[in-house]
Amino acid sequence: MKRSSFLYFRKLLPNASRRAALRNITVAAVASVVIAPVLLVIPAQQTQAATPDNMLVIANRIDDITTLDPAQSFEFAGSDVIRNVYGKLVNFNPGDLNAGYEPDLAESWEVSEDGMTITFTMRDGVNFHSGNPVTAQDVEFSLRRVIMLEKTPSFILTQFGFTKDNIADTIKADGNTVSITTDKKYATSFVLNCLTATIGSIVDMKTVMANEVDGDLGNEWLKTNSAGSGAYKVVSWKPNESVTLQANDDFYKGAPAMKRVIVRHIQESATQRLLLEKGDVDVARNLNPEDVAGITGKEGIKVHNELRGRLMYISMNQKHPVLSNPKVVEAIKYLIDYEGMQNSFLKGQYTVHQNFLPQTYLGAIDDKPYSFNIEKAKALLEEAGVGEFEIEAGVREAQERIEIAQTLQNAMAQVGITLKITVGTGKQILTRYRARELDLYVGAWGPDYPDPQTNAGTFAFNPDNSDEIKATGLLAYRNAWEPGALGEKTAAAVTEGDVEKRRAMYEEIQREFLTTAPFAIMFQQIEQAGMGDSVSNLVLGGAITAASYWPVTK
Amino acid sequence: METPSAQAEPKSGDGVSNNRRSEPPAPSATTASGSRWFLIKFLKTLGSIAITMLGLLFVTFIIGRVMPIDPVISIVGERATKEVYDAAYQEMGLDKPVLVQFLYYLGDVVRGDFGTSYLNGRPVSEDIRRVFPATLELATIGTLIGIIVGVPLGMIAAVKRDSWIDQVARVVALVGYSMPIFWLGLVGLLVFYGILGWVGGPGRVGIFYVDMVPPVTGMILIDSALDGQWEIFRDAVSHIILPASILGYYSLAYISRMTRSFMLEQLNAEYVTTARVKGLSEWAVIWRHAFSNIKVQLITVIALSYAGLLEGSVLTEIIFAWPGIGSYITTALLSADMNAVLGGTVVVGLVFVCLNVLSDLLYSFFDPRAK
Repeated sequence: MKRSSFLYFRKLLPNASRRAALRNITVAAVASVVIAPVLLVIPAQQTQAATPDNMLVIANRIDDITTLDPAQSFEFAGSDVIRNVYGKLVNFNPGDLNAGYEPDLAESWEVSEDGMTITFTMRDGVNFHSGNPVTAQDVEFSLRRVIMLEKTPSFILTQFGFTKDNIADTIKADGNTVSITTDKKYATSFVLNCLTATIGSIVDMKTVMANEVDGDLGNEWLKTNSAGSGAYKVVSWKPNESVTLQANDDFYKGAPAMKRVIVRHIQESATQRLLLEKGDVDVARNLNPEDVAGITGKEGIKVHNELRGRLMYISMNQKHPVLSNPKVVEAIKYLIDYEGMQNSFLKGQYTVHQNFLPQTYLGAIDDKPYSFNIEKAKALLEEAGVGEFEIEAGVREAQERIEIAQTLQNAMAQVGITLKITVGTGKQILTRYRARELDLYVGAWGPDYPDPQTNAGTFAFNPDNSDEIKATGLLAYRNAWEPGALGEKTAAAVTEGDVEKRRAMYEEIQREFLTTAPFAIMFQQIEQAGMGDSVSNLVLGGAITAASYWPVTK
Repeated sequence: METPSAQAEPKSGDGVSNNRRSEPPAPSATTASGSRWFLIKFLKTLGSIAITMLGLLFVTFIIGRVMPIDPVISIVGERATKEVYDAAYQEMGLDKPVLVQFLYYLGDVVRGDFGTSYLNGRPVSEDIRRVFPATLELATIGTLIGIIVGVPLGMIAAVKRDSWIDQVARVVALVGYSMPIFWLGLVGLLVFYGILGWVGGPGRVGIFYVDMVPPVTGMILIDSALDGQWEIFRDAVSHIILPASILGYYSLAYISRMTRSFMLEQLNAEYVTTARVKGLSEWAVIWRHAFSNIKVQLITVIALSYAGLLEGSVLTEIIFAWPGIGSYITTALLSADMNAVLGGTVVVGLVFVCLNVLSDLLYSFFDPRAK
């Protein structure tokens, strides 16, 4: 049957019944369209409430947490948790991070004549969450445990010469005291600063050993549980979802005001902002510059700025015949538009900082001798007599780093330097950087532990510059730079017992580093967190440590 | 997405022609041979599932092993000493030949052990038990919305072809699958959560209810109902409704276009004209005759769309902070956590296979000839 005849037959059909059928379908469709919004409205009255007064809810990216065992954790979000759960021998006071370490579980300490042994006297009357008292034995166990487990961050302690074989002698509890003996004399401040790191957390020996499996020293159990004496205990950690902490009302510094702290994993900046604006979270920690601008000035919300430890720098490979000329190095330092970048694409996220110690580190200085000055750079290049040349910069695929490289590329073009920018994955670029193959590297560096040595020992220390040694962990080595006398000064600063003298040494090292090193340190990171107006006393840890929740009030 | 015939398997052809033959083939076999026939079919299905899964496992495993990433580094970190690195390398069994590694892995998988996630040190099977129900819950409601709205919409569009309602349906569907889903999600959140406050925000439940329901199935809607915690149930509904509607919109766009084209095919067929000539009511013509004949095709389309959602919608999950399998696999992949990637892939593969078997069963239910 052809279509024309089909139409003919269709006309024969009763119109009424066809319309009835259509009406039925329409009703069904309309009904389902209407039902959906009704479903939406039913629960509406419940979603309006703000967070309770004694609960702190934080939106953060926590997908970097791999474990909550303090002997293994080496990530930002994990440090935030552990800092609030475990006590340490010495610790930073969130009220005054610049003051340096102060007594925590150790009430006092003494340094032996030879400067190699520190003996800590334990504070009385502090208990773990389990109710067990915190004793010198727990300290002995916790520190030995770090050496025995050999997890990634254990280098922070093993750099003092502790090994599996010698810990029976070097880390020892005796009654109410515990003593640690290093392999040679180190600055006391160096050792104590390292003990404030996550790795220095004191765990409850009895609880941990009760949960030991196959001689793992409780490593498996501590991944998801806690056995500390700090302000909070871990209720749950669900990877990529949330961490829930419950206040320890017996905390020796007083019960925290926030009885529950919940950190929710929220990947998207826009989502974090919405939650903050609705009052469903108190703090949003990963807002991008656009969202920070969006919430600035909004009622009930404030933006909290805090300097963190991350630095941005450009380094110049001394294997390159032209870049090894000190005049060229200096010229490049004048070709960086520090202010311009700080006020444009890095606005609010980074501030100009030209030394390798971030602010709040012992010995940090605020000298900023370099500024964007094309004429000066030109003059220096002429003095050097290098003419026009081409170099390659390696950049990891991160937006702001690429923009920094491009800004430099523009400036260099004005003085006859052709900059070829190679963008690659972290692995590609880092591999070449470590192999000392990059002329220029645009990168970031974050300190590993809260002592100036963490940066000084990598930027300004390179005892053997030969190709065979492969000291690829050192930034100075990666750029084939021999710091010479500066390296010796850096090594000396590590052993200086007097804190004030040590501070002065780092200040001096940095002033020299500023002018001679083939590193142009450019920026220090600022963390911008959005917060509800009522949240006060939340300290995110500055450059040296992690967030502290116990002083927070709402 | 727009090409129905490519998606809707060869069976759809049978579905169309089938209705012209008024009677199903006479059941010639006796009951005894019938049950033997069923057993054979059952074993055959089982065999094909096993082979499919084995192939999937093998390919994923090999890809995982030849990928230029170092899973050891992702555990021990860049600063690890050579000893630490070597210990981890051996612990992970990477020193053995690839085929041996695969056989070990296969043995573990058969016992339901997907190994330990390199990243968080937990058993992958435990992780999947946690993330898959979240996706299942979301995808199921999304698909239900897709069916409830999409099928009638497609029907009307076909019956009232070229009318205004057909045009509206076309625009709705076009917007549905041409709009980026993350954009819809963000705007949806802004409007319904941010401005109107009608729905709960990102996450599966409000912050007060986190960890308040004993996990039985892992699906909060079901668990809270089982536990009789209706307040949590309502809160969970308010949280799921927006992401589910967004996914539902996406799937209704597809389902309605498919329904429309299947229906048009039927309505233009001669048997429909015959039915009309015979004086059947339009209701009977559309629902009893035409619709009955597109059921099989529709099942294929719905199953495909459901399977797509069960794979986990990464962008939706990220925007709504929904801890589902999509973002789980993505995070694992980016961190070179191959055990987690393999485990996730196997589960997604299993879902596809199961949905296939299920739709096969449904075919034979709706299509007498497929028995």
